[in-house]
Amino acid sequence: MTLIGEKGVRRILLATALSAISALLLIALFIIKEGLPFIFHYGLWNFLSSSDWEPQAGKFGIFPMVAASLWVTFGAMVVGAPLGVAGALFLSEFAPRPVMRVIKPMIELLAAIPSVVYGFIGVMVLAPLIRDYLGGPGLSVLAASIILGIMILPTVISISIDSIMAVPQSYREGSLALGATVWQTIHMVTIRAARSGILASIILGMGRAIGETMAVIMVAGNAVKIPHSALESVRSLTANIALEMSYATGLHRQALFATGVILFVVIIILNSAAMVAIRGKAARK
Amino acid sequence: MQHKYAALLCIPLILLLGCGRGKTVVTLAGSTAFQPFAEKLAEQYMSEHPNASITVQGGGSAVGIQSAISGAAQIGMADLVILPDEARALTPTVVARDGIAVVVNPSNAVSGLTTDQVRDIFNGKVRNWKDLGGADRPITVVSREAGSGTRSSFEQIVTGISLTRDALIQDSNGTIRETVANDANAVGYLSHGLLNAKIKALTVDGEACSNETIASGSYRLVRPIYLLVNGPLQGEIKAFIEYVLSDNGQQTIKANGLMPAR
Repeated sequence: MTLIGEKGVRRILLATALSAISALLLIALFIIKEGLPFIFHYGLWNFLSSSDWEPQAGKFGIFPMVAASLWVTFGAMVVGAPLGVAGALFLSEFAPRPVMRVIKPMIELLAAIPSVVYGFIGVMVLAPLIRDYLGGPGLSVLAASIILGIMILPTVISISIDSIMAVPQSYREGSLALGATVWQTIHMVTIRAARSGILASIILGMGRAIGETMAVIMVAGNAVKIPHSALESVRSLTANIALEMSYATGLHRQALFATGVILFVVIIILNSAAMVAIRGKAARK
Repeated sequence: MQHKYAALLCIPLILLLGCGRGKTVVTLAGSTAFQPFAEKLAEQYMSEHPNASITVQGGGSAVGIQSAISGAAQIGMADLVILPDEARALTPTVVARDGIAVVVNPSNAVSGLTTDQVRDIFNGKVRNWKDLGGADRPITVVSREAGSGTRSSFEQIVTGISLTRDALIQDSNGTIRETVANDANAVGYLSHGLLNAKIKALTVDGEACSNETIASGSYRLVRPIYLLVNGPLQGEIKAFIEYVLSDNGQQTIKANGLMPAR
């Protein structure tokens, strides 16, 4: 007995596949529907450039949050990108294969640790260290950058490794045969050939860093101000939404959705950049 | 065969229809400070009235007011000193009182502040503990997010606060406690029921934050906890609020760290 025929299975699978895309569309539509009226009402420029965020007084300026998100993401890049790329180079070019086969999955396990655990370690270990040795409140741009830098490592490392391994062996052999040293081969041939993949890994890591919420709420301190040093506390765009959404009503609530629209736009730009970078690599092959 | 599947499909439907039958459902929503108490009270009430079904949701005081107005919840919970204008249509009942303690790290030498000093600290006018009789260390101000019932109560009682931009913002009473417990320079405020040995409560205008001073009214930072109902009290809603105000209900509130209303 067949309850559903061949065609039925196909239709069900199609519906399942479409539901993923429709979820994305629905989310985008919902955020835009809730947030866009506010942006028109308040003025995009006012919203983005004012640094007064006092919802109770009807002042909604997200400039400090935009600045904070950019600073924290930049900091995460400074910490995570060199570490990640260097780690990927070591694992793919220097480490013996069996070692890589053990270490790579372990690094990918980092991605499985819930962000609240990263935040917890940041609050209990990192923030007190920063407070005691460098000053300030501890919960700061620096703490958030270090935590996020570690959180993006799995993304950066695994995509970088994949693109470095995809460089044809003949490139390396050619370079070595021409008399280049191993290091010269790596930085003049291998990295150049894998450039677009490495770039894509960094951009995807950046997307992860800018969208991270829980860990940032816990370690960044959430003060609404433009930071003058890495030791000051800041509030990111994501933290702003998550902190106030449960209480917000009326215009305040719309302003938070509008914050979501801005965040959405930033992340779409980053992801498109990553796609362009990856496509650039495919075109050259 | 097909009939068998059809029969299977019916089972969840029957189960769905079956539950809730014969029970009156009352939903409470709002203040996270009162939520654990409401849950305990609902549990006790349901064990005495097996036909009643009471669910408790959080969301914060603003959500409590909104859902009582919209009908999403029959009873809204709010812990505000001054109820906002939109709550005027609701019937308020004060069921408990909660003190707000100003807290510092136990290593801090300062043991008491005046209301004016509290205001100056949270406005960012006083920035070093030495100006308040403590060590020469910068003050780290810790506050709650905009819209928090504890924060608006605190600001309404102290008056004249426009929070310093340098203030760290934490999103619950619990994280305020952790931040202050970990940072020797920090000062924050939280619900009296959540005080423990890891933090030190300061006296305000010479009055310690304790059950006695809150009950007698000599401690200034006290807020009422309201249950808000849209329209007159009747039926199961009335019975539950009466239970909360009964000796049993008030005893439960007191035993878990809040001050009873009566």
